[in-house]
Amino acid sequence: MMNAPASQSNGVSLRVRGLRKAFNGQEVLRGLDFEVAPGEIFVIMGPSGSGKTVLLKHLIGLEAPDAGEILLEGRPLQAPGVMNRYRMAMVFQSGALLNSLTVGQNVGLYLAEHRLRPPGEIARITSEKLAGVGLAGTEDKMPSELSGGMKKRVAIARALVIEPQLILYDEPTSELDPLSAVVIAEEIVRLKERIGVTSLVVSHDRDLAFGVADRIAVIHQGQMRAIGTPDEVKRHPDPLVQQFLQAGFKRQ
Amino acid sequence: MFQNIGELVVLFGRTLAALPLVWRQRQKILDQFFEIGVASLLMVCILSFFIGGVMALQTGPLLVERGLGSYVGAIVGYSIAKELAPVLMAVLIAGRIGSAMTAEIGSMRVYQEIDALRTMNINPVHFLVLPRLTALAVALPMLVTIAIVVGWMGGALVATANARIAVSFEAFFHALRSAVDLLDVLNGVFKSFMFALIIGMISCHQGLITRGGPRGIGRSVTKAVVNSIVLIVISDYFLTRILLK
Ligand SMILES: Nc1ncnc2c1ncn2[C@@H]1O[C@H](COP(=O)(O)OP(=O)(O)OP(=O)(O)O)[C@@H](O)[C@H]1O
Ligand SMILES: [Mg+2]
Repeated sequence: MMNAPASQSNGVSLRVRGLRKAFNGQEVLRGLDFEVAPGEIFVIMGPSGSGKTVLLKHLIGLEAPDAGEILLEGRPLQAPGVMNRYRMAMVFQSGALLNSLTVGQNVGLYLAEHRLRPPGEIARITSEKLAGVGLAGTEDKMPSELSGGMKKRVAIARALVIEPQLILYDEPTSELDPLSAVVIAEEIVRLKERIGVTSLVVSHDRDLAFGVADRIAVIHQGQMRAIGTPDEVKRHPDPLVQQFLQAGFKRQ
Repeated sequence: MFQNIGELVVLFGRTLAALPLVWRQRQKILDQFFEIGVASLLMVCILSFFIGGVMALQTGPLLVERGLGSYVGAIVGYSIAKELAPVLMAVLIAGRIGSAMTAEIGSMRVYQEIDALRTMNINPVHFLVLPRLTALAVALPMLVTIAIVVGWMGGALVATANARIAVSFEAFFHALRSAVDLLDVLNGVFKSFMFALIIGMISCHQGLITRGGPRGIGRSVTKAVVNSIVLIVISDYFLTRILLK
């Protein structure tokens, strides 16, 4: 399923060139190059510690690269004003909900803080997004009262509220049961079809990856080992890639 | 401990620059304000009552022996208003409120909540620092005003009740009024305002630069409290010097 004709061409293009990052001398990203087209769902797979989360943090401006470039619609991410020009959202691996706020306040935070909607409408949008991830009626709960998987779904609802042009999912289904995982996978695809958002999904979940991806990249020790359509990656000759995908098979 | 002074000044500048947003953040400021009040009002009253009492107890017999009983109110009133209430309440608030601010912001930092705010284009200085600093800058002077009055009461009560002092309530406050004027009280309250800025800035800053898990939070909290107290006492000297008539 390559780019279905996006209803609105809302998504932004993303291009990464020669991205490098080291922490205390330990090289985590070792020269990454890839492009993501507007409205594409790009899945990044790779073993634990291969630098997937660090990569996403660079893409949303939380980390600055040591070398290389990140271009959004052809403009460098670090250039002044570029980050504010596009709506971006990230679903953190841990959820990263604000623990002092209720679930509803978390989901409505973006709209409320930037005063984009009146309170009544924020409440309505919040309920709608929560229902969308299967958590209707949880507005008044505190994050500490939720399970890991529920937190993750709230984090997804919070990202959807932004109506982003680029959305980064860090392991969106890692703590979910298979049924909830399907709901999230559907939501990822639906969001792309509805607003044409460009999506980057980091995941170990083979079902999710091969189910939603337009293209898949396999990252290992900070380098891209394979990049292509799901079929191309499945048939990729690199033994490391095959090992990683096979191991996935066995565990399931 | 002072390697962060530069960062602290920058953070203070950014918070000042955000002052126009105070009205927007009023709900958060109010929440913080009441949290500070609820957490510390009773403690402030108890502490200042006993400070007044102990001041009277220490100075009273000494002065009465020398026939200077009429000065008890003056000395207790003056030292509480200008020195003891502002400094000791600031130390109390640094321990009670500053530490909580550092812990909260520090855990937000460690658990990526601040990263999440940044991805939503929400400035942590506007969202976290501004409301806390504003609430503290309003609350601490108010608490100190209360502490001064309660401290005087404690001093007066001990002066009256203790047989070795036996200075009447009226005599105590008569002496107090002749020695302490409104300007002296304002002097103490102004100091406490400056202390509030010190506590607020150090606590928020330490929270924001927290690294490395729960242990890092503990480290930050300790540092925030210790640095606040040291800076309160040092700046107290200079403020006193500047405000000296
Ligand atoms: N802020 C940091 N400081 C130092 N090292 C870091 C930092 N962030 C990440 N690293 C290191 O970078 C490497 C890659 O981390 P990253 O979180 O990107 O892994 P990941 O691919 O997301 O793994 P997982 O699938 O387990 O989430 C790890 O070795 C980690 O220790
Ligand atoms: Mg990760």
